[in-house]
Amino acid sequence: MSESEQKQNDAGWSAEIDELISRLLGHYPDKMAALLPVLTAVQREKNWLSLATMDRIAECLELSPRHVYGVATFYTMYNTEPVGKWHLQLCQNLSCSLVGGVQILAHLEQKLGLRAGQTTADKRFTLTTVECLGSCGSGPVLQINDVYHENLTTEKVDEILEGLD
Amino acid sequence: MAEELILLKNDGNPDARALSFYKAGGGYQALEKALGMQPAEITEEVKKAGVRGRGGAGFPAGVKWTFVPKEAPKPKYLCCNADEGEPGTFKDRALMEWDPHMLLEGMAIACFAIGIHTAYIYIRGEFHWITLILEQAIAEAREANLLGPDILGKGFDLEIYVHEGAGAYICGEETALIESLEGKRGQPRLKPPFPAVVGVFGGPTVVNNVETLCCVPHIINRGADWFTSIGPERNAGPKIFPVSGHVRKPGNYELPMGTPLREIIYDVCGGIPGDRKLKAVIPGGSSTPVLSADEVDVNMDFDSLAAIGSMFGAGSIIVMDESTCMVRALTVLTRFYAHESCGQCTPCREGVPWMYDILKRIMRGAGKPEDADLLLDICSNIEGNTICPLGDAAVGPVRSFIQKFRSEFDQYIETGKSSVGDAGFDFRPAD
Repeated sequence: MSESEQKQNDAGWSAEIDELISRLLGHYPDKMAALLPVLTAVQREKNWLSLATMDRIAECLELSPRHVYGVATFYTMYNTEPVGKWHLQLCQNLSCSLVGGVQILAHLEQKLGLRAGQTTADKRFTLTTVECLGSCGSGPVLQINDVYHENLTTEKVDEILEGLD
Repeated sequence: MAEELILLKNDGNPDARALSFYKAGGGYQALEKALGMQPAEITEEVKKAGVRGRGGAGFPAGVKWTFVPKEAPKPKYLCCNADEGEPGTFKDRALMEWDPHMLLEGMAIACFAIGIHTAYIYIRGEFHWITLILEQAIAEAREANLLGPDILGKGFDLEIYVHEGAGAYICGEETALIESLEGKRGQPRLKPPFPAVVGVFGGPTVVNNVETLCCVPHIINRGADWFTSIGPERNAGPKIFPVSGHVRKPGNYELPMGTPLREIIYDVCGGIPGDRKLKAVIPGGSSTPVLSADEVDVNMDFDSLAAIGSMFGAGSIIVMDESTCMVRALTVLTRFYAHESCGQCTPCREGVPWMYDILKRIMRGAGKPEDADLLLDICSNIEGNTICPLGDAAVGPVRSFIQKFRSEFDQYIETGKSSVGDAGFDFRPAD
């Protein structure tokens, strides 16, 4: 495989994404408006947004790659580096902190053998601390990929981790 | 709490999401009624109800609608602000998760009143499961001819799309939301022009909060007089109060506007765990100036909180008991604002991280005697000097925490450690 073919392959995505893009283009008078939903959907499929992927998105939506990189790096939810299979995002804002969010952080770090911001060597887990997830009344809250886990205790965290492959 | 629930009556009931359930409870009757009214009559009724924006700014929704020019060269749009990012706030997610059709009906009525045929729900990306619930509800409503072309045969067309954000607090500010919806970085615009004149895709745009729009069907069904009979004058209506922090029963509570804060903390939420002493309350979300324990005999509405130098915001109450170190609490909040500054205006981009650095220095035990005054000085240089209110939002907690808990800050600086200890929560100054 040539280098350019390899790059194209890395940047590829499923037919579902192509369908989604054509559906999205019908929602807005302007192609650029589809950028955030497309970045989100592609990331959900591919785990992260490589430069090659972003270049392909730029081409697809007739945008400059510069614009796409600018947007992808502005928003917290876009991963411009690979993350583990399970991306654990733990809220550290005020309400969660008041009810034990930091103890949960210490527990997760000890359990996974890493510090917040790191990925385990087997690429299964990435732990990130995040700002408010809008779960203040049911904190501490941990978002794992797309799922919220609320009212956490260290026991509950252990149970949740055991359920992840 | 014997009063009838209007907004949260289906909270926690997954069956309530179905269109059949919503219709059985009288759902979409308001839309049918509205489609038989003159659009101006609807706006007039919402204006008369005086429903003030539930996202935090408190601007009367009906008045906002009248700012949209009748004739415009470009299509008009409604954006429902479902970005819900202000720390302490978790009310809109409950409305969307348990009663999605109430929001869709409110949006449809608003769109008919203003003459809008395309609307977006801009929802924070982390709420992905709620996006799926909303999309399902939209599909159901479309199927039943309650959305889409020629709604209920009355010749009115409307499409509603759900649009996910991607993790940026600033996108709750209406012009940043518009930029983000257009596929750009969420950097607020200078006003004027106001969104009502030039908004998304260059067209006149109304941005309303989820809870505000959810009030609309009830106003149409029961009338403005019914709405204003709830709560004090100029602050009418039912309101969801999200309560978090040190209370026995945190959660969302629907109460009339103007309910006393003390009653919410001690009666509605069961008081403080361990019967510890109350220390401080953030009354309306993290940007609203903190109240000390002796200020909680205040009614929870826009005007009453403004009268004591704070803000109602989104009504999001964060309770802190005597075990809370105010220096740590403020450091956590300032880290948030430093992280969320969009980077456009120098006073906010540079000033807020500078305040965070000073607070971290204090927490490391290396605070300088002049630090508290320096923080207040930086506040004065940020406030009012930025395009959007994020700079002011960061100032809200810093200034009020220092003014009301000055001795705790001074003591921390002098001794190099907290006078309260680490009870409650920990913080890593190295972060």
